[in-house]
Amino acid sequence: MRRARLTALTAVTTAAALAAVTGCTEKSKAGDDAVKVTASDKKCEVSKKEFPAGHVELAVENKGSKVTEVYILFPDDRIVTERENIGPGTKQNLTAEVKAGAYRIACVPGMKGKGIRQDVRATGGGKVAERDPRLDKAVAEYRAYTQAQADETMPKVKVFTDAVRKGDLAAAKKAYAPSRIGWERTEPVAESFGDIDPKVDVRADGLEEGQDLAKDWTGWHRLERALWKDKKIGQREKDLATRLDKDLTDWQKRVGKAEITPSSMANGAKELLDEVATGKVTGEEERYSHTDLVDFKANVEGAEKAYALLRPVAAENDPALAKELDKQFAALDKLLDTHRAGPDSYTFTSYEKVGKADRKELHDGVNALAEPLSKLAAAVVKKSK
Amino acid sequence: MTEDTNQTGQTGQTDDTQHTDRADAGAPSRRSLLGWGGAGLALGAAAAGGAVAMARSDSGDDVVPAGATGAAVAFHGAHQAGIATGVQDRLHFAAFDVKTDDREEFVTLLKEWTKAAARMTAGHAVGEGAFGGLAEAPPDDTGEALGLKPSRLTLTIGFGPSLFEKYGDAFGLTGKRPKALVDLPKFPGDNLDPARGGGDLCVQACADDPQVAVHAIRNLARIGFGKVAIRWSQLGFGKTSSTTPEAQTPRNLMGFKDGTRNISGTDGKALAEHVWVGAKDGPDWMVGGSYLVARRIRMHIETWDRTSLQEQEDIFGRDKGEGAAVGKAKERDEPFLRAMKPDAHVRLAHPRSNGGATILRRGYSFTDGTDGLGRLDAGLFFLAYQRDVRKGFIPVQRSLAASDALNEYIQHVGSAVFAIPPGVRDTNDWWGRALFTGKA
Repeated sequence: MRRARLTALTAVTTAAALAAVTGCTEKSKAGDDAVKVTASDKKCEVSKKEFPAGHVELAVENKGSKVTEVYILFPDDRIVTERENIGPGTKQNLTAEVKAGAYRIACVPGMKGKGIRQDVRATGGGKVAERDPRLDKAVAEYRAYTQAQADETMPKVKVFTDAVRKGDLAAAKKAYAPSRIGWERTEPVAESFGDIDPKVDVRADGLEEGQDLAKDWTGWHRLERALWKDKKIGQREKDLATRLDKDLTDWQKRVGKAEITPSSMANGAKELLDEVATGKVTGEEERYSHTDLVDFKANVEGAEKAYALLRPVAAENDPALAKELDKQFAALDKLLDTHRAGPDSYTFTSYEKVGKADRKELHDGVNALAEPLSKLAAAVVKKSK
Repeated sequence: MTEDTNQTGQTGQTDDTQHTDRADAGAPSRRSLLGWGGAGLALGAAAAGGAVAMARSDSGDDVVPAGATGAAVAFHGAHQAGIATGVQDRLHFAAFDVKTDDREEFVTLLKEWTKAAARMTAGHAVGEGAFGGLAEAPPDDTGEALGLKPSRLTLTIGFGPSLFEKYGDAFGLTGKRPKALVDLPKFPGDNLDPARGGGDLCVQACADDPQVAVHAIRNLARIGFGKVAIRWSQLGFGKTSSTTPEAQTPRNLMGFKDGTRNISGTDGKALAEHVWVGAKDGPDWMVGGSYLVARRIRMHIETWDRTSLQEQEDIFGRDKGEGAAVGKAKERDEPFLRAMKPDAHVRLAHPRSNGGATILRRGYSFTDGTDGLGRLDAGLFFLAYQRDVRKGFIPVQRSLAASDALNEYIQHVGSAVFAIPPGVRDTNDWWGRALFTGKA
C-alpha cells in the first residue's frame, strides 16, 4: 500500500520511450488520407500499412457481428489510442499524433483477448531511435504477466469476499492473504493508476486529513481489522467486500493498459523491494493478520519476474550486476523459505512470531538485493538504442 | 570512564614516525603550520573567524590542510588516523556483521571501502559523485556532504573477534586472531545489550562536522550492502577526552573534566609504549596497529544531578571547577591518590592503581533522546585504544567495576572490542591487506 503519489511507472520517461502521443476519437467524416480499418469477427484489414508520421486518422468500420474495439499500439503493446464499443455495422473514426516508427493496429472482436493485429509503420519525420526488440518483448511479456496476475487473483478475491458476505470469520481469515498475492506481485503497476490503490490497499494511517475512518476506510486492510481485531463481520463489512470486488474488477480491466517502459519495469522491481523494506519488514502492512511474509514473498516474486524479463539485456550491458542480482534473489528466496511451511506453499510464519534477530536478517537480505536492483534501470537503458 | 591515566614519559618528545597528522603529497602537516596546542585552541576562533580552510571539492586530489576545523587529515600513513589524531568534535561509530563467506568478495569490499575512505577524508565525493551521472541510476554518492569542508574526517577500521571465529576458514584467517584480541570478561554491574555490542568489523568516523561523519558511515554502509550489514551504530556529539593536553580539557556529561592525563597524540614514546602494537608483540599484520575497546556507558543523569557537589567531587576525586585532584590547586598537578577516598574514580582508574595500565581515551558524549520514562538516554560512548587489551582496559575496568563510587550513577550497556590494523601506506594499499595477504 502506498499513499497516492507518482510512481516510477508514470514519472519516468526514458529516451527509449517513444515521444508522447495524443490520441482522440471523433465521429466526424474521415478525410481521404485516412487509414481504413475494416473489422470483422475474424479479420482486421487495413487499407495501407505505411502512412506519414504526424496526424493519423483511422476510419473504422465494423462489418462483423460482435461489438469490437480498435487500438493503435506501440510494439510493446502500450496503447497509443483506442476506441471501444464499436457496434456491428457502425463506423467510428479515431486520430492520433504519431512519430515515425513501428506500430500495430489491433481489432478486438467481442472486446476480449489480444485481438487481431496488423503491423504498420509511420514513415518520415524525425527518425525515432528504435528500442532493442528484446526490450519490447520484455515489456509485452510483463504486460501479459500483470494481466494474468489480475485474472488469477479475481477468483481468489471472490473466495475471500464470499466468505465475508456469508459472515464466515474463519473462512474469510483463511482466504485473506491468498487474495492479495497477485496484487502484491504487480503493485507498482496497480499504483500507477493512482485511484485504485487508496480504495483497496490503504492502511488506517494512510487516510488523509479530513477522512473519516468509519466512513472512508475501505479495502483489504479495513476487512483485515474487522476479522482479526474486531473479530466480527457486520453489514458494513459485507458491503465493503462487495466494494472490494468492484474496485478490483476495475483494476483487472485497466491493468493491461498501464504505461510500462523497460526502465519503469526495472524501477518497479526496485519499488517492490522498497515496499518490503518500509512496510513488510516492519510488520506495519499486515498489523492485524501478521501475514506480512506472504506479501513479502509476493513482492519479491513480482520483482524477480520483471528482472527475469530484462535480464538478457541487463546481463549484456552489465554482467557483474546480473551476477550479483542472480545471487541476491536466490539468497533472499532461500531466506524466505526458512519461514515457509513448505516448497510452493504460501503459508508463512506469522510475523508476530518472527523475532528481532530474524527480522534484521530479513532486512539485511532486502538491502543486499535492493541496492544492486536500484542499478538495473541504468543497465537496461544503457545501450538500448 | 577512566578519568585519569598517567603515562610515564611526559617529556614532550616527539618522534616524527609516530604522529598521525602526516605530511603526505608534499602538503605541510597541520602540526608544522600550527602545532598541536595551537590547533586545539584555534578551533573556535578559526571557525568563528571564517579562517581559510580547504573546501570539499570534487576535482583534484591535492589536500591542503589549513589547520582549522575544516582541514583534511591525511588518510595514508604508518598508523591509521583517528587514534593519535587530535580528537574531533563529532563521532559516528558503526559496527558491521559480515554477510558473505566469499573471501574474494570481502577483500574487494575492503578495497572499495579504502578507496571511498581516502576520497571522503580528503573532502571528495564517493565514486562518480552525487550528481551529473546517468539519470536512470541512483548517484554513487549520497550528496549531503557536498560543499562541506573535509572537517578533519578520519575513518578507522577494526576487526572484531567474531570475524576470526566465524570466518576463519572462509577467509583464510584461521590462527590469525591476535592473542591480545581477547573477549572481554563479564564485569560486575554490566547490563550488556547484545544488539548494542560486538560486530565483525567496525568503522569509527570522527569529524568536526556531524554531517560529514554521518555521510561517511552512510556511504560505506551503502557500498557494503550484501557484503556487510550494520549491526549497531552510535552517534557522539561532544568529545570527552582529547589527545591534545595543551588544550582545554573537555567535560563529560557529569560536568567533570575528562581526560586530563590522557596520552598526548604527539607523545611518541607514550604511544609506542601504550598504544601501538610493536614488532615484538605480534602478530606481524598488527604491527603499527592498536586495540580498541568500545563501551556504551549509560549515565543516570537525573540522579547524578541531585547529588551534592561534595559527593560528586568525592566520587571523582577531583574538584568540579578546576579539575584539580584532591588536595591540589591545579588541574595538572600530580594527583596524590591516598588523599582521595578509596572508592574515588580517579584513584581506582589511575595507572599506579593498576600496575601501570595506560590507555588512550577517545570517547564521546551521547544523547539518544529520552527513554520511555522521560529520562535522558545519555552517557559516555567510551573508546579506548591500547597496545594490549589484557594490559589496558581489562585491569582498569576490573578495578573500577569492583569498587568505583561512580557505579551508582552509570551502567555499561554495550561492549565491543576490535583489532585496529596499521595504517594504509599509499594508494596501492588497502584496509587489512597485511591480514588478508599475509605479507606485511
